[in-house]
Formats: sequence, structure tokens, C-alpha cells
Amino acid sequence: MPRVTSPSLAGTTAGDGQPLVVAHDLVKRFGDFVAVDSIDFEIARGESYGLLGPNGAGKTSTMRMISCMSPVTAGSLRVLGLDPATDGSRIRGRIGLVPQEDTLDLELTVLDNLMIYGRYFDLPKKEIRARAESLLEFSQLSDRAHDKVEPLSGGMKRRLTIARALVSNPELLILDEPTTGLDPQARHLLWDRLYRLKLEGVTLVITTHYMDEAEQLCDRLAVMDRGRFAAEDTPAALIARYSTREVVELRFPVGAGDDAAQSLDGLVERLEVLPDRLLLYSDDGDATLEEVHGKGLHPEASLVRRSTLEDVFLRLTGRTLVE
Amino acid sequence: MTLAVPRPRLAAPLWLRALRYWMYQYKRTWRGSITTSFLYPVLYLSAMGVGLGSLVNHHSHHIDGVSYIDFLAPGLLAATAMQVGGNEAMYPVMGAIKWIRTYFAMLATPLGVTDVLLGHLAWIALRLTAVTTIYLAIMAAFGTIHSPFAILGAPAGVACGMAFAAPICAFAATQQNDAGFSALYRFGLIPLFLFSGTFFPVTQLPGWLQAVARVTPLYHGVALCRDLTLGRLSLGPDLAHGAYLVALVAVGIFVARRTFAARLVT
Repeated sequence: MPRVTSPSLAGTTAGDGQPLVVAHDLVKRFGDFVAVDSIDFEIARGESYGLLGPNGAGKTSTMRMISCMSPVTAGSLRVLGLDPATDGSRIRGRIGLVPQEDTLDLELTVLDNLMIYGRYFDLPKKEIRARAESLLEFSQLSDRAHDKVEPLSGGMKRRLTIARALVSNPELLILDEPTTGLDPQARHLLWDRLYRLKLEGVTLVITTHYMDEAEQLCDRLAVMDRGRFAAEDTPAALIARYSTREVVELRFPVGAGDDAAQSLDGLVERLEVLPDRLLLYSDDGDATLEEVHGKGLHPEASLVRRSTLEDVFLRLTGRTLVE
Repeated sequence: MTLAVPRPRLAAPLWLRALRYWMYQYKRTWRGSITTSFLYPVLYLSAMGVGLGSLVNHHSHHIDGVSYIDFLAPGLLAATAMQVGGNEAMYPVMGAIKWIRTYFAMLATPLGVTDVLLGHLAWIALRLTAVTTIYLAIMAAFGTIHSPFAILGAPAGVACGMAFAAPICAFAATQQNDAGFSALYRFGLIPLFLFSGTFFPVTQLPGWLQAVARVTPLYHGVALCRDLTLGRLSLGPDLAHGAYLVALVAVGIFVARRTFAARLVT
């Protein structure tokens, strides 16, 4: 199918149907500590794949192996059909990395940072300048092109890092916790930009510990905890499989929670007791809430909401995403 | 009408791409470097070469057969190269690892650890070339050049500076803070600066200290530069001085490859 020839931000998606990343029994050890404990996954061209898990789950270690910055300890990994152990440089030439910590040169300008990065890929200066213009527009940084990077806000710096990663027209864009540390407005702007990239056909690999980010951006995701995959599927399928449709959240006065949980025993199929609230899982939250009131319990606060990936994570691991 | 066929470009070597970064960012720091590269040499040559020198010449007539400033200037050439080489290998390397994290930006591209290291060392060599060339021009202005071989004082100075830069780069990659740098200055660079034959011949030192001095890199850098600018070459010893410096550079690169890899690729 011929590609639309409008100038695009993405790499080509002409494909042979082969997955871009294939991992089999992938392991990463640091001395005695096993950060990634034998995971398997495949990432298809054009999809947006996520790793969802709390801090310390092994997401960054996995990303660093895919981006050929950290050697694989055991198992097999193929990126763009190549082996990172022997073709790391070639692979890095075709992918883009947005690391967790910015590696921008703060003393240089926004445009400078794009220029020097493009030169690492040996792109001609003219070409970098042309791409920089469209990338800055895409990142909404055009009016800051000649400003030093240091005074920019966190959200702007992150957008610049994404623009920088796109300078070389990568086939695969890897983002490690792209919105951590950003305010809500910055996060939403970033999601919007990443969504547009998705529409352009760029293959995205994202790690996050925010369930809303995973739900918004990922076609498929793996729930990762302590170096292992607990589950892998589309967000909707995960929620359907590991949680009910709705959740009733109840807050009781300090200390009263456990008693309340006892009296609610058996009301719903699944009940979780968290330090600050009770979660009742049911397919009809309003009806369940009425039944709670019917039992004579009047919580301090209550709300009925849809299930999220947070509930999936809680079900699979017994812990919350953010401790 | 002919179709223009684009000439295939050879991809630039990876280490060169790293060098380009350092050249690009020099526009940020070049002002500061004027002090060490230009101002200090002029001040030292004036104060010690001319000022102190007139006293020394009056008392001793000749140092090693020449006037004091002729003796001093090539020593300062080598010593300045040591300072520049050492400085460029300390904080800029640590900054590229810890604060600005330049190396990590590079490693996310086709560049590998060796390219990152060689690119930075190439930059230091380029700086040293500029510094030593400028210094030779200043020496000529002070009238202390007495041989056409003096022009080789520039590459000799570069070798001397790199003999410090390469091992110090290897060291810098192992450091988590600058305490090690302070120690290196205090117990390494400053004593060498004072006692390696820059200001007075090492023969003035007590015997055992002379032996120590003759093993240090700056002694060889000073001796080589002095022989070149005074036109007093003797093939054996001067080749030995040069070989010593080059060997130190090689060892430094060998060790730096390991320490860089250990620090940057985990």
C-alpha cells in the first residue's frame, strides 16, 4: 500500500510483517540482583506497546537492553531483526530513545541540541535544519528555538527530548517514563503528541507506572512486577479478564475499615482492603453501594468508578502501582 | 537534461562525530580558556623569565648554558600542556558522566564507548595543538626560539599533554565526586609543575629525588621541548623522551577504555 507522501515525522512503515522486537527468556542481572527475570514478548511494527509496573519492576532495565545501551545477561533479544550484542551500533542508528533522565545540553540552545544530535547520525546539516523546523513545530517549541535549554519547563524539555529522538527518523521510538515529574497539563500535551506519532505509524515502546498513561497510549501492554510479566494483552482485555466492570471505593474513619470489611464479607466477589480505603468489585457499582448503605454502613466518602489497570495490577500482584 | 546522481557520501567515522560535539560546544567555554592558554604563559614568562631571569642571569650567567628565559620557556610550554591536558580530562569528563550526561546522549546513537572516549581525547589533542602553537608564538615574541626544530615543540607539547590527559580520563571515569581531583592536583600536578625541570634543572634536586623526577611524564616533556626549542637534539635520548610520552598515552587509552565501559555500559 503506497505511503502518503506528505512530509512526516515518522520512519517508513513499509513492512515485511516481521516484528520489530522479539525477546525470548530475556534476563538481566546486576551481580546477584535479577532485574529482569526471563520475559518473552514481541512488538509488531506500527503498534504502541507498553510496560506497566511500579518503580523497580525492571522496566528501565528492559528498555536499556532494547535500546542497546545495556548488555543482555541471558536469553535472546532481536531488535529490527538484529542482535544487540553484535549490531548495537546499527540498531541504535535506526531507533530513537527518550530516556528517563534528560540528557540535553542545558547550556546550548534548543536548536543546538537538535543539531548536535542529528550530527551523531551523520545527517547533513541542511537536512537536520529542515527536520528541526518541522519537529519544533510538532513539539510546539518553535518560538523557543534559539533559547537556552536550561530555563525551559520540565514539559518543554521532555518535548525537546522527544523531538531530538525523532531527528533521525527512527523506525522505533522508545520512551522510558515519558511523563514522570510533569504537571497534568504537560502530561496531556505530551500524550497528544505521542498519539499523533502513533497515527503516523511510528512504533512506540513506552514504560510507565501511570495506569492512565498506559490506557491512553498503548495498544497492548505487559504488566510487569519484580522482573516478571504478570500478564500481557490490550488494556481493555486485561481489565475485562482481571477485574470487574466497576469498582466502589469506600473510605471509613481510621481504624474502622477492617470492621467494615468484615460486615461486607460475601457481598461482592472481590473485596480489597487498602490502607486508606476499601474497594468493592462488582459489575453494577451503584447497586452495590445501595447494598452497603442497606447494611447500615455509612462511609465517610464513597465513589463509584470504572475499573482501571491499577485494579488489574492490584489483582495480579496484591500491590498498588504507586506504593 | 541530465539527472544529477548524488555522490555517495562516506559516513563520518563515529569518533569524529563525538569530536564534532566538543568543537560545537566550545563556543560556550572558549572565553575561560583564554586565561590558561594565553594569559598565564605571558604572565609567567614576563614575571619569571624576564623579572626573575634577570636576577638569575646576573648571578649564574647561564643555566644549562643558556639565559634563564631560554631555559624557562620550553619548560613552561610542557607544563602548560600538562595543565591543559589534565584539566580537560577531569571536570569535563565527570560532567559528561554525571551532570550534563553528554556521554549517555552519545551512547543512545550509533556511537559506542570507544568512539565516545576517542572523540573526547581527540578534542583534548586539538585544544593542546592550539595551546602549544600559541605558546610557541609567544615564545618567539619573547625571543626565546633558537632553532627551526622549535616548531616540533608543538607536537611534543601535545604528546606531553596527552600523556596526562589519557590516564587522567581513565581515572576520572572511576570517580563519583571531585575529591580525587583535589588529591591529583595537590599530590600530582602541582609538585610536578614545580620540580620537573621547568624552573630549575633537576640536577639541583637531591639524588634520590632526581631519580623520582626522571620517571615522571612532565620531566620527559620538559626535556624534549627544551632540546627542540634550543636546537640541542640528541637522537637517542630525545626519541626516548618521545617514546615514553607516547607509551603513556597508549596505556592511558587502554585503561580508559575499560573504566569508561565499566561506568557507562552497565
